[in-house]
Amino acid sequence: MNTYYLGIDIGSVSTNLVLLDKHSKIYKKLYIRTQGQPINALKEGLKTLKQDFSENFKIAGVGTTGSGRQLGAVIVGADIIKNEITAHAVAALDYCPDVRTILEIGGQDSKIIIIKDGIVYDFAMNTVCAAGTGSFLDRQASRLGIPIQEFGKYALKSTTPVRIAGRCAVFAESDMIHKQQTGQNIEDIINGLCEALVRNYLNNLGKGKEILEPILFQGGVAANIGIVKAFEKELGKKIIIPEYFDVMGAVGAAILAKEKVMKTEKTNFYGFDLINREYKARSFECQDCSNICEVVEILSDSEPVARWGDRCGKWNVIENRSETSA
Amino acid sequence: MKVTFPYMGNTCIVVKALFESLNIDFVTPPMCSKRTLELGTKYAPELACLPLKVNIGNFIESIEKGADTILMTGGCGPCRFGYYAEVQREILKDLGYNVDFFVLELPNGNFQEFLRRVRKLIGKKSLWKAVMAVKKATNVSIELDKLDKLSFQIRPREKVKGKTDWIMKKFQSQVFKVKGAEEIYNIINSTREELKAVEIDDTRYIPKIGIVGEIYTVIEPFTNFKIEQLLGNMGVEVDRSLNISHWIVEHMIKQILPLKKHRPYEQAAQPYLNTMIGGHAQETIGNSVLYAQQGYDGVIQLYPFTCMPEIVAESILPTISNDLDIPILTLIIDELTGEAGYKTRIEAFVDMLLRRKERVVTNNEYILSRY
Repeated sequence: MNTYYLGIDIGSVSTNLVLLDKHSKIYKKLYIRTQGQPINALKEGLKTLKQDFSENFKIAGVGTTGSGRQLGAVIVGADIIKNEITAHAVAALDYCPDVRTILEIGGQDSKIIIIKDGIVYDFAMNTVCAAGTGSFLDRQASRLGIPIQEFGKYALKSTTPVRIAGRCAVFAESDMIHKQQTGQNIEDIINGLCEALVRNYLNNLGKGKEILEPILFQGGVAANIGIVKAFEKELGKKIIIPEYFDVMGAVGAAILAKEKVMKTEKTNFYGFDLINREYKARSFECQDCSNICEVVEILSDSEPVARWGDRCGKWNVIENRSETSA
Repeated sequence: MKVTFPYMGNTCIVVKALFESLNIDFVTPPMCSKRTLELGTKYAPELACLPLKVNIGNFIESIEKGADTILMTGGCGPCRFGYYAEVQREILKDLGYNVDFFVLELPNGNFQEFLRRVRKLIGKKSLWKAVMAVKKATNVSIELDKLDKLSFQIRPREKVKGKTDWIMKKFQSQVFKVKGAEEIYNIINSTREELKAVEIDDTRYIPKIGIVGEIYTVIEPFTNFKIEQLLGNMGVEVDRSLNISHWIVEHMIKQILPLKKHRPYEQAAQPYLNTMIGGHAQETIGNSVLYAQQGYDGVIQLYPFTCMPEIVAESILPTISNDLDIPILTLIIDELTGEAGYKTRIEAFVDMLLRRKERVVTNNEYILSRY
């Protein structure tokens, strides 16, 4: 019987699942659009994984990452819950042990990770602004009626540089519209946007950081050839896109799960039966004090399994109980 | 006359001690909450910084509880804060609230005007009594900061998770029920003993992080999502570079009285920023240098979105990080109440500090362990 390690990355735009075999080779990967419904996306992913198997197999460990990592962990029973930065770095180091710089642009977040002597040495992540991330590109592509997969190719056809303001998504959009209304070429505008986003990324996240080679570019946006070229042009260095660039977070989570399970020698995974259960998230405002916390409750077959969001901690009791029993 | 003031962490307890020893009638603003923030963002200029908004929320909530007079500190030029009182006065006036403003500042160094304002506040009581009350309140602030510092040391080391949080929560609820500096002291003392009695596990390595940045976001737990508690529960010892007592002693009392100032950060900041540029930028720079020199594992800078002095400091921090080999994380705070994003960044930062440490400890024979 084959054993696999499951990595789950629940992001704002996509939910990614990866199965790693014992030798950390990727056996299977899934990229599902989250569409604002992480629980459904996760269940759908697990269902697909299950259906595709004809052989007997075993999940030996599960790791979750991404902004929905906690939610995912409660539903599947994760062995390890890790932030995206660590997960991405672990996957990158596994792919290319000499890596020095990781550029990662996802749906809502962008980050830069500096590696020195095989560990995360420094990192930066966008804080207040999501300009230059995948969702903004998504939005612009749909506004222009271009499939997002084609978006980058348009940029390559540009002949004249057009400058687009890059530091704020609102400014960038106004600038694009104004330039389009004066008759500028769509290819040139898209190229201008790619360059603006790269400029914004390097000026904000890359500030004061030495970007050394090898440079890996991960996250959904790495599929955008326009952005890749703009990075290469701006940095004057070669950019490496790993084979599984779009699911590197999930790969990292699976590797971490494998390491954890090797220590604990057991998994918390609830098994694939969980896809038959009914999961619901409901939220309510706790009125017990003026903080009026938005408490989220996760129900599995109308049985509460976790709660969070409260500042005082009185609602998350079940979560603690399941942790101690695990 | 019923006086109120902005809510800023433990400052409330200090002001309470002060007013109670002077028998001034006052309203403690309700603890900052989502409602406070909503009121503030509704009536403040959109691009104003967060503390101004929260303050306005505090004032409105206090007025609802019967306050008719607002006490603010002011000052010319440190940053936008210097205009807070004036802007807030106008906003409240436009909203139809009929309140008086006491702005404690030295207008153009005019000591007479300062005394006149103080006199109006304390009524017929002697100035000497006021000075003694200030002294008592200052001592309360010093003790409060010591208590906080102790909790920062105990929390990451506690054997039973949540014990420190529970003791500190109990402290917060008790302290507002008592009256006067003496009774506040008593509660501080008993809480200190409780903290000291917490069982400690000192076998683990405890990383240390210094918190720098703009004072309001550093001190007010509502705006910084209780960062000290968050880090403490991740097993990190925290130090807060800006404290109420430091601020009262160095920036209020010594500003008025010609005493020798104790500001080691000024000298530490010298190679990077050799002058005061407003706000707490020089403190941020200097204290980051000091933390690095004292062997801290990392520094976290906090500031409200659009805070200019801290933006300047932020652009200098990478140089310090390189020169002194200390990781620095910047967190910009605005009206966001979703904490997940901050938690991700803080968690990743702590992960990184532990691994950097591990590498140093095992001296190149480092094996990639990820826990």
